[in-house]
Amino acid sequence: MSKNKKKTVEYGKYGLFFIIPFFIAFIVFQFYPLIYTIFKSFLYDSKAGRHAAVTTTFGLGNYINYVFGEAGNGELWQALAITVVLWLLNFIPQILLSLLLAAWFTDAQYKLKGTGVYKVIMYMPNIITAATIAVLFYNFFNVNGMITKTLIDAGIVSKDGLIDKGWWSLLIIAFIQFWMWYGNTMIVLIAGIMGINPSLYEAAMVDGATSRQQFFKITLPLLRPILQYTMVTSAIGGLQMFDIPQLFNKGIPLIQIGDSTVKSTTTVVMLIKQYASLGSTTENLGRASAYSVILFLVTLCVSMIFYKMTAEKN
Amino acid sequence: MNKTYSNKTSGKKIFRTIVCIFLCFLALFPFYILIVNATLRHADIASGIKLIPGKYFFTNFQSLFDPKKRIVSTFTLFEAFRNSIIITVPTTILQIYFGSLTAYALTVYRFKGRDLAWGFIYAIMMIPTQVSIVGLIKVCKITNMYGTFWPLIFPAIAAPTTVYFMKQYMESGLSLEIIEAARIDGCSEFGIFNIIALPLLKPAMATQAIFAFVASWNNLYNPTMLLGSHTELSTLPMYAQAIRNNDKRQDYGQVYTALLCAILPIIIAYLFLSKYIVAGVALGGVKE
Repeated sequence: MSKNKKKTVEYGKYGLFFIIPFFIAFIVFQFYPLIYTIFKSFLYDSKAGRHAAVTTTFGLGNYINYVFGEAGNGELWQALAITVVLWLLNFIPQILLSLLLAAWFTDAQYKLKGTGVYKVIMYMPNIITAATIAVLFYNFFNVNGMITKTLIDAGIVSKDGLIDKGWWSLLIIAFIQFWMWYGNTMIVLIAGIMGINPSLYEAAMVDGATSRQQFFKITLPLLRPILQYTMVTSAIGGLQMFDIPQLFNKGIPLIQIGDSTVKSTTTVVMLIKQYASLGSTTENLGRASAYSVILFLVTLCVSMIFYKMTAEKN
Repeated sequence: MNKTYSNKTSGKKIFRTIVCIFLCFLALFPFYILIVNATLRHADIASGIKLIPGKYFFTNFQSLFDPKKRIVSTFTLFEAFRNSIIITVPTTILQIYFGSLTAYALTVYRFKGRDLAWGFIYAIMMIPTQVSIVGLIKVCKITNMYGTFWPLIFPAIAAPTTVYFMKQYMESGLSLEIIEAARIDGCSEFGIFNIIALPLLKPAMATQAIFAFVASWNNLYNPTMLLGSHTELSTLPMYAQAIRNNDKRQDYGQVYTALLCAILPIIIAYLFLSKYIVAGVALGGVKE
């Protein structure tokens, strides 16, 4: 044993060599870009007049003007709010349905047939290119789309359809996300339930506990870490939401909240894309960077909460 | 007593089965409509939901490539398909190879900073790449990689989640005795990894390869941001985007045929690999 240990120490330097490619790629493609984005967010491009040259100043210009100021019109905070709402609207039904299905699929009392097939089918939307799914649903739901058409003909929906209406488009996007992701969450939760010590359920059965009691007294408490994990990964993914809203209706529809008109389906990453696209009329890398930094900080807070939760448990 | 119990049991079972079948229907229905619509003409589709396939698939397919009729004029579906493969295959190989190499280094060797490196990789798993896109564009500009496939491929060398899963697998599935034996036989350390360790990791590599492939194949954001104005480099998700952006030119038959062709490879792959994919997803959740 001690000889073995000595050997591994002797060869240790190879371990160092082998992790070098990972760290080089990490520094070039993730670390430097992140640092540069933070740096860039402090470079403010101002234009004094229509034909004046752009002057760049180092400072909080992008934050003062775009994030918190008039020039930004609060669009970042609106987009952040919309992103969170979109996430909540898909995550809450998603986790509830997934939990229910996971409980059913693992229920020893009423053994369901064909769970393997159900899992495969319910998971399928998750693996298919989100971009194509968004365009598919756009073609179902646009004003001339077949679902809209059918609903109009049936007199359920007025002639102007659903996709241009703020709340409706928000709900449809949330539904698409829900539809794509509940299968994934369900499989994760089933794996979690299968990992619970079966003797706990056996003991509960001996004591005459019903399926419902077993679920609330054993499954749910022991599933907590996995539920937390699911929630945080979903929240982090949800904060980066882009493909579906971008291709479904490009974030155009509006809703009225109080005094302000809000683009009901523009997420934070969609805003960043708008200002970070080189050569576009909206290009403003400083603004895109400031928005990115805020999104990064929000994401970081969410992961911190998660690490704290798991640390407390340990 | 016994009878009411079994009635209740079967009632519950029937209810649950109905719900599950409904959900399966919900999962499949949009794809069924997609297939049906790909076989219909524009006028048929525009008049409402149709459930019975027509016979215009080949007509629609031909208009996809007809310079006068095609919706996306700047690049063809074939080019998008080819580009997606050119990007995705090397990305998957790099991600699996270097993910395994990094995990191997952290599992088999003991060196200064090892725990730090591992803690670091674990910590960066949750950092999304979308937030540093401005910096990534800058890197591409500096290195002349903007408007090429390289910035979509190389970042795969540093994929923390792949390292994480490969390490999990190695801790239980890789015996150090075999490595020790190979050393005694005079095999080089790099040779041991390539010849001895990699074949032992095949099952885990296969699972990870599927997910790496799918993630790269489905990515819309990075190609959109990094390929610039080079439309000839567009990928399949960008093809869907182009269809969406050219919706003024109406030919629903063609739109649905294009979408069907774009997702068909993934659906076919899923038919064969669903067992492994579902198992892989399950693995993802129990990592805590």
